[in-house]
Amino acid sequence: MAAPAKTQSSLAKLAPLIIRRVLSSLLTLFLVSLVIFTVSGLLPGDAAQEVLGQSATAEQVAALRHDMGLDRPAHVRYVAWLGGIVRGDPGMSYVANMPVSQIISDRLPNSLTLAAITAVISTVLALIIGISSAINRGGRLDSALNVTTLSLVAMPEFLIATLGVLIFSVKLLWLPSIALVTPEASWSAMLRSMALPVFSLTCVVVAQMARMTRAAVADQLDRPYVEMAKLKGVPFSRIVLFHVMPNAVGPVVNAMALSLSYLMGGAIIVETIFNFPGLASLMVNAVTSRDMPLLQSCAMIFCATYLALMLVADIVAILANPRLRA
Amino acid sequence: MLIGGHSISRRSVIGAGLAGAGLLALGGCAGGERKATPKKGGSIRVATQAASTADTLDPAKGALATDYTRHFMLYNGLTCIEDESLVPRPSLAKSIDSADRITWHFELERGVRFHDGSELTAQDVVFSLLRHKDPAVGSKMETIAAQFADVRSDGRYGVTIRLTGANADLPTILAQSHFLVVRAGQNAPDGNGTGAFRLAEFQPGVRTVVVRNEEYWIPGRPHLERVELIAIPDEVSRVNALLSGDIQLCNAINPRSTRRIEADPRYATMATPSALFTDLIMRQDQLPTGNPDFVQAVKLMIDRPLIKRALFRNYATIANDQPIAPFQPYFNPDVPQTVLDLDKARWHIQRSGLTGVRMPIFAATAAEGSVDMASILQEYGSKVGLNFAVNRVPADGYWSTHWMRHPMTFGNCNPRPTADLIFSLFFDSKANWNESGWKNERSDRLLIEARGEADEARRAELYGEMQRIVHDKCGVAIPVFISLLDGHDRRLKGLVPVPLGAFMGYRFAEYAWWED
Repeated sequence: MAAPAKTQSSLAKLAPLIIRRVLSSLLTLFLVSLVIFTVSGLLPGDAAQEVLGQSATAEQVAALRHDMGLDRPAHVRYVAWLGGIVRGDPGMSYVANMPVSQIISDRLPNSLTLAAITAVISTVLALIIGISSAINRGGRLDSALNVTTLSLVAMPEFLIATLGVLIFSVKLLWLPSIALVTPEASWSAMLRSMALPVFSLTCVVVAQMARMTRAAVADQLDRPYVEMAKLKGVPFSRIVLFHVMPNAVGPVVNAMALSLSYLMGGAIIVETIFNFPGLASLMVNAVTSRDMPLLQSCAMIFCATYLALMLVADIVAILANPRLRA
Repeated sequence: MLIGGHSISRRSVIGAGLAGAGLLALGGCAGGERKATPKKGGSIRVATQAASTADTLDPAKGALATDYTRHFMLYNGLTCIEDESLVPRPSLAKSIDSADRITWHFELERGVRFHDGSELTAQDVVFSLLRHKDPAVGSKMETIAAQFADVRSDGRYGVTIRLTGANADLPTILAQSHFLVVRAGQNAPDGNGTGAFRLAEFQPGVRTVVVRNEEYWIPGRPHLERVELIAIPDEVSRVNALLSGDIQLCNAINPRSTRRIEADPRYATMATPSALFTDLIMRQDQLPTGNPDFVQAVKLMIDRPLIKRALFRNYATIANDQPIAPFQPYFNPDVPQTVLDLDKARWHIQRSGLTGVRMPIFAATAAEGSVDMASILQEYGSKVGLNFAVNRVPADGYWSTHWMRHPMTFGNCNPRPTADLIFSLFFDSKANWNESGWKNERSDRLLIEARGEADEARRAELYGEMQRIVHDKCGVAIPVFISLLDGHDRRLKGLVPVPLGAFMGYRFAEYAWWED
């Protein structure tokens, strides 16, 4: 009966922390929206001018601006948008004439699927690479993995993606060179078309996660308690998995959360090369067409994802390491 | 003047109409006639270079190749341009006539149905044309539609357009994708047109899928079963997608990629000569660019063959500092071609007393090829005693912050369907885009005279003289006309270049077929 009571109390101790973090996240989101609104207001031109293009007359621009509500003062527009988002309605896109929620709901599943598949594969790979090179420190395997991960870190993703396309699509004709995500496509077809984007993104994020894992585990392996456990005759695999990992998990999960949040918003280059209809390219679109409601909503999603991942990373670290709970 | 008449097949209507037209000097046999027999069926994927959430089903708002291509698949216009002669043919209008080129009468084809089954009537045409004048629509053609003084129906199948002034080019203007006909009352068109394909799926910025319209009013067309239109903005990705068989047709290929495509026997490139050009602008209201000797010297310093060869791998046509390309109607072959002549250039520079002057040239990748053109000019400038400095500026915001705002900048001009449009938009003294800020009363007067001129020979003479004046006096140097490059799978047949734009003037879907 002691164990459940202990978990309960630790969860109870966590509750105020989670509440505090959620509140500060909301504040951060608010500030981010304010910053984005201000900064995008500084961009030359507005949605009306972008829609009408070079050939627009002043009257046309004025009429469209009025229709879009762009002739209202900036703070009125901001408050109106904020009111909408609080009620759960991100508004209408200026350019596409569709509700922002509909545009995003078309793209968000794509981004989430890509991020989820990449996350699973890269996390597993990173743990395997990180732990095996840490326990073989100085050995041949360690040097080989070191060289590989360091070269992957150094290699820009557009190079990896382009080489991947040249080899697997153009030369071997194994995989499609562009990601064609259609709702009616079968799972196997979808996985096939996602193979190259996932491969490129995995190369980008796995290296950093693996390096962090290696560093954290290696650091723990030097500690006296590991030596103690060895002297007691605990099997090495048990030492690594049950003694070292819980202590190393904090920095590892943090590095993973950072890498994974990158998958949502930072995949723009991979989205461009593979023509993947994800959120990052949607946001770039929104910037060039000055589509403020869409831009704001994308920014909110990226920011919220980042904050949520960070929160989860902290909670995991605290749960895994009793000393942090004190 | 009359185009069209009564006959059994549409093709002979066109042929007969042209024979009696007189309006169409270059008119010959029927367009769209291909040697091989088209096969029915086939599903292809086509990629253009740009798509965004601004993609639209509204022809009036079309802004990019993706939009034009989509609209031409779904809708028809009153007229269409279907071959390299650039002569407008009747489409939904089976006959067009006008006595004074101010009042035009269009007689519509009978029994044409929209995809929803309703019949095309004059009401739909009137609605489609008049909506361009409504500021709330935000039409790209609002300024051009301003010349429609009055559009009204004349019976169930007749439409009369009265213009504010004579314009013999109306049939060509109406062949543009913006003037395609939508169903009356549709303020936000949803793809319900009379076109060769029905809309199956439309996701702005992602894809458009269309399927063959089995009840298309032109018998025997289209041939393809299904067309999926996507965009791949990255050029390298676009070529890779073609070479890996993911797409069967794409546009905007870089000349450097042609070798990669041609190296594979399964793929081919199609070069469309076009009137697209990048021009060096010398502002006439500023010094020293306003000095006629300076302008003359710069024109003589441009190595056109080098630009054609080095920048565009010969996928270009040498130009002569005036905007009408050799393959376009009204081109004047008698204007002497300016060639590289450094001695003459040096003489002009010395006469103007500008030797040793340092001149910044603003260039950006926004104007295709301008950075390299500026560098070449800098090289020759140093040989005649001019010190050009190439200021390479960011492409984003180039048009609003640099274009036409310094003594020397580069412009970039897309092909326009008529000589009148290109001269009135860019070379009229009062035009917003009079890039060099030149003023020439004679040229302005010729422009208005040519617009309403009925006699084709006289019209050609007027446009010919304007080309000479622009070539001699305007502060704009046009080195080459840049060809458009499409890449395609060799199994896609029936493609021919139409100098209005990529993909046969964006209308390939109506003619192309698939052969395994």
